[in-house]
Amino acid sequence: MSGAGSFRRMWGAPVALAILTAIGLISALLGDGVWDYVSAVALGVPTIACAWYGLRR
Amino acid sequence: MTPVTVRRWAWIHKWSSLVCTVFMLLLCLTGLPLIYHHEIDHLLGNAIEAPKMAPDTPKADLDAVIAAAKARYPNKLVMYMSQEADEREIWYLTMGDHPTDEAFKSVAVDARTAKVLAEPSFEGTFLGVMFHLHVDLYAGLWGKLFLGFMGLLLVVAIISGVVLYAPFMRKLEFGQVRRERGPRVKWLDLHNMLGIVTLTWALVVGATGMINTWADLLVKYWQATEMAEMTAPYKDLALPSKLGSMQKAMDNAVAAEPGMQVAFVAFPGTAFSSPHHYGIFMHGNEALTSRLYKPVLIDAQTSEITDRRKLPWYLTALLVSQPLHFGDYGGAWMQFLWAMLDIATIFVLGSGLYLWLKRGGQARAPVRKDDEEVIAERQAPAYAAEGEAR
Repeated sequence: MSGAGSFRRMWGAPVALAILTAIGLISALLGDGVWDYVSAVALGVPTIACAWYGLRR
Repeated sequence: MTPVTVRRWAWIHKWSSLVCTVFMLLLCLTGLPLIYHHEIDHLLGNAIEAPKMAPDTPKADLDAVIAAAKARYPNKLVMYMSQEADEREIWYLTMGDHPTDEAFKSVAVDARTAKVLAEPSFEGTFLGVMFHLHVDLYAGLWGKLFLGFMGLLLVVAIISGVVLYAPFMRKLEFGQVRRERGPRVKWLDLHNMLGIVTLTWALVVGATGMINTWADLLVKYWQATEMAEMTAPYKDLALPSKLGSMQKAMDNAVAAEPGMQVAFVAFPGTAFSSPHHYGIFMHGNEALTSRLYKPVLIDAQTSEITDRRKLPWYLTALLVSQPLHFGDYGGAWMQFLWAMLDIATIFVLGSGLYLWLKRGGQARAPVRKDDEEVIAERQAPAYAAEGEAR
C-alpha cells in the first residue's frame, strides 16, 4: 500500500472527526440560532460514532 | 517510529494517565450533573422564580434593591450583585462580613419591586458539593491549581495517546473492536476507538478546564497591574466611609456603553474592583459578546466614571475558554452531547485503568509463538518492534 494510502486509511476518519468536532465547538460560540444546530450536528457525529462502533456486534 | 520512540511515548502515556485518572474520573462524574445544574435546581425546587409581571414593568431603584438585601443582613456589606442574561427580573446579591468573605450569604431580590425573593443556598446542597469536588476539592486556590495540574497531565496523556494510536492500529480498521478476542483485547480496542473519536472534545474541555483553574491568579494579576494603573490617583486617599448611589453609578455606566448590559457589579474591596470603586462589568448580547465583559470603574463615593478599558487578552482568553468548558452555549442539544461525550470519556478513563490493572495477567499467560498479535496486545513496544521489522 502506498504511504499516502495507508496514512488515509489510518488517519482519515480521526482527522474528519476532529474537524467536525472543531466546527461544532466553534460555530455555536460565534453565532446563535442556526449555528447552534450546525454545532449539534457536527458534535453529534462523533457522539454517534462512539455509540455505533462501541455497541455494534 | 522506532521501538525506542514508541516505548518512550508509552511510558509518557502510562504515567501521565495513571497519575490523573482517578481525579479525571471524579471530574467527569461531578461534571455530569453540573452540565444540567439549571435543570437540577428546578427539579430540586431550589430555583428562584420572580412573580410574573408585564414585561414593561419599571425596574426598582438599585439603591432600594441593595437596601432590601441589607435589611436581611444589617451587619454585612455587599460584595457583588449580578443578573442572569435571560432573567433581568432578579438581582442576586452576595453579602459578606468583609469584601473577600468566602462564607458569604446570597440574597435574591426582585428587580421590579425591590422585595427579597429568597436566600439561595449553595454550600452543602447537592450541586454545591458537586461544584466543590469539581472545582477545588474544598481546598481553595491550591485545590484549583492541583486540579489544573491534573488537567495538564490529561492533555499530555491525550497527546501521547494519539502518538501511540498508529502503532496500535496498524493492522486494524478504524473503529474495529475485536470482541471475540477476550475482554482485554476488546477493551483495548474500545479504549483506542473512544479515545480517538472524542480526542478533540476531550482536549478542548481538558485544556479550557485547566485554564479556568488559573482564573483567580489571572484576576489578581489584572488587579495588580491594569486596575492599579486605572485607580492610581486614589492610592493614598482614605477609604470611602459612605458609598454613593448605585443607581446613579449604573446610569452612568449604561450611558457610557450603549448597547451593552450589566452582567455584575463588584463592590469596593473585592477582587474585581479597587477599595475606592464600583466595578460595573458590562457585556453584549450576541453569542460571543455576551461572554466578554467590559469593566467600567466608578468612583464609589461620587458615582462618576473613573475609567473604562477593554479587558486584557489573558482575561478575554479566560472568558472565551469558559463556555468551551461548560458546554452551555449551544442550547439543549449541546448540553446533551456534552453529557454523552463526558460519558464516553469515563469509558476511556475506565478502560485505560482496566488495561493497566490487567497488564500482569496477560504477560504471564502462555504466548503462542505463531500469533504475533498476542505479543502486540500484551506490550506496545513489542508490537512496534514487530511492525518496524517488516
